[in-house]
Amino acid sequence: MKIDEIQNGIVLDHIKAGRGMRVYHTLRLDTLDCTVAIIKNVKSEKMGKKDIIKVDEAIDIDLDALGFIDPNITINIIRDGELVEKRCLCAPERLVNVIRCKNPRCITSSEQEIDQIFLLRDAEKLTYRCIYCEAAYRGKES
Amino acid sequence: MRHLIDNRDLTVSETDALLNLADAIIANPRDYQDACAYKTIATLFYEPSTRTRLSFEAAMLELGGRTLGFASQDTSSASKGESVADTIRVVSSYADIIAMRHPKEGAPVIAAKYAGVPIINAGDGGHNHPTQTLTDLLTIRREVGRLSDLTVGLCGDLKFGRTVHSLVGAMVRYRQVHFVMISPNELKAPDYVLELIDRQAGCSYEICTSMEDAMDRLDILYMTRVQRERFFNEADYVRLKDSFILDAAKLHGAKPEMIVMHPLPRVNEIAVNVDGTPFAKYFEQARYGKYIRMALILGLLNLSGGAGIL
Ligand SMILES: [Zn+2]
Repeated sequence: MKIDEIQNGIVLDHIKAGRGMRVYHTLRLDTLDCTVAIIKNVKSEKMGKKDIIKVDEAIDIDLDALGFIDPNITINIIRDGELVEKRCLCAPERLVNVIRCKNPRCITSSEQEIDQIFLLRDAEKLTYRCIYCEAAYRGKES
Repeated sequence: MRHLIDNRDLTVSETDALLNLADAIIANPRDYQDACAYKTIATLFYEPSTRTRLSFEAAMLELGGRTLGFASQDTSSASKGESVADTIRVVSSYADIIAMRHPKEGAPVIAAKYAGVPIINAGDGGHNHPTQTLTDLLTIRREVGRLSDLTVGLCGDLKFGRTVHSLVGAMVRYRQVHFVMISPNELKAPDYVLELIDRQAGCSYEICTSMEDAMDRLDILYMTRVQRERFFNEADYVRLKDSFILDAAKLHGAKPEMIVMHPLPRVNEIAVNVDGTPFAKYFEQARYGKYIRMALILGLLNLSGGAGIL
């Protein structure tokens, strides 16, 4: 399989194998007009297998949403065919409208216009809690 | 401006200051009879809880203040679909402080965000009920004389009983508390509650399935309701419920100074023949609930003896 090298755009590298589609949907890459390639199960020395996503346009990435799904992803920014910036993620302290609270007893279930806010409680386990009802969510395995 | 949404909003020294103020009010209630003159509390009860609502209203009336509010969702504008945020913004211009009960968890967090006056969480679903916990602490301190170096029996539904979870969270901050968890296997305390105890040096717990086994060691026996709907089948409920019902005979062997507490209302988990024993403190507990709410109102409004304590 050959995937064209991109001139101006973004390469999301070191995505945990199997998680590529989730990243694709979370970042709403399906709404883009440009070329987007999801490459699955790429051999990696560090990870064994990994997924990679290439986006052929310099889009803005929601770093919080991405950090929640997988803080180990690396973001490579390509300009004129050159790697100009490499960004590492970390688990965001606060998630606003990235995930929804699933607790049916939570106030957010009856008042839909409220911002869905989660705070990082445990960076190691990537656990977040709803600021309203304290229901816990795990980023990685969920 | 401070709110009380969760007991963890208060430090130990702030909690102690509220308990001290409640003691002062009990000692000299007349000194506080006009402390909230011309002040109004709004009691916004999106679900009925007559006992808690009356307790807030009685507290404000004894401070010389006034009350307004609604007692259930169908008498409020929320039944017309108004959001909590909007209701709170409007009520903030009618009242100096708001006590709010809501069936959904976290509703008071929204209220605090939009309120122009202090918000007291009077219960949000089964989530937090901080004035119940303050009431329990005041009862223990007044009736036992201390909040540390205690053996506390918690009996009944320890799985869903948030009153108990929140009490454990508050008491471990006072050190040297040993908890005896008395419940059917199906209604054991969740791990996070046991971890709260484990994490606090000096605090410990044991798990026990019979209250008679623990009775002679307890300083406090905190009873909670075992609800029929928590069981998968009627047979289990019938088999287990009697083991977690307290009657006068089971108190045989208790330390003479032990106290029995219950957040009320009770159904049948404490037999009426316990009421007349010197152990029974649950009606005093309800009375202390009014005094701690008086202290809290003064603290949040920064008035009289409450000035500067929060
Ligand atoms: Zn929630």
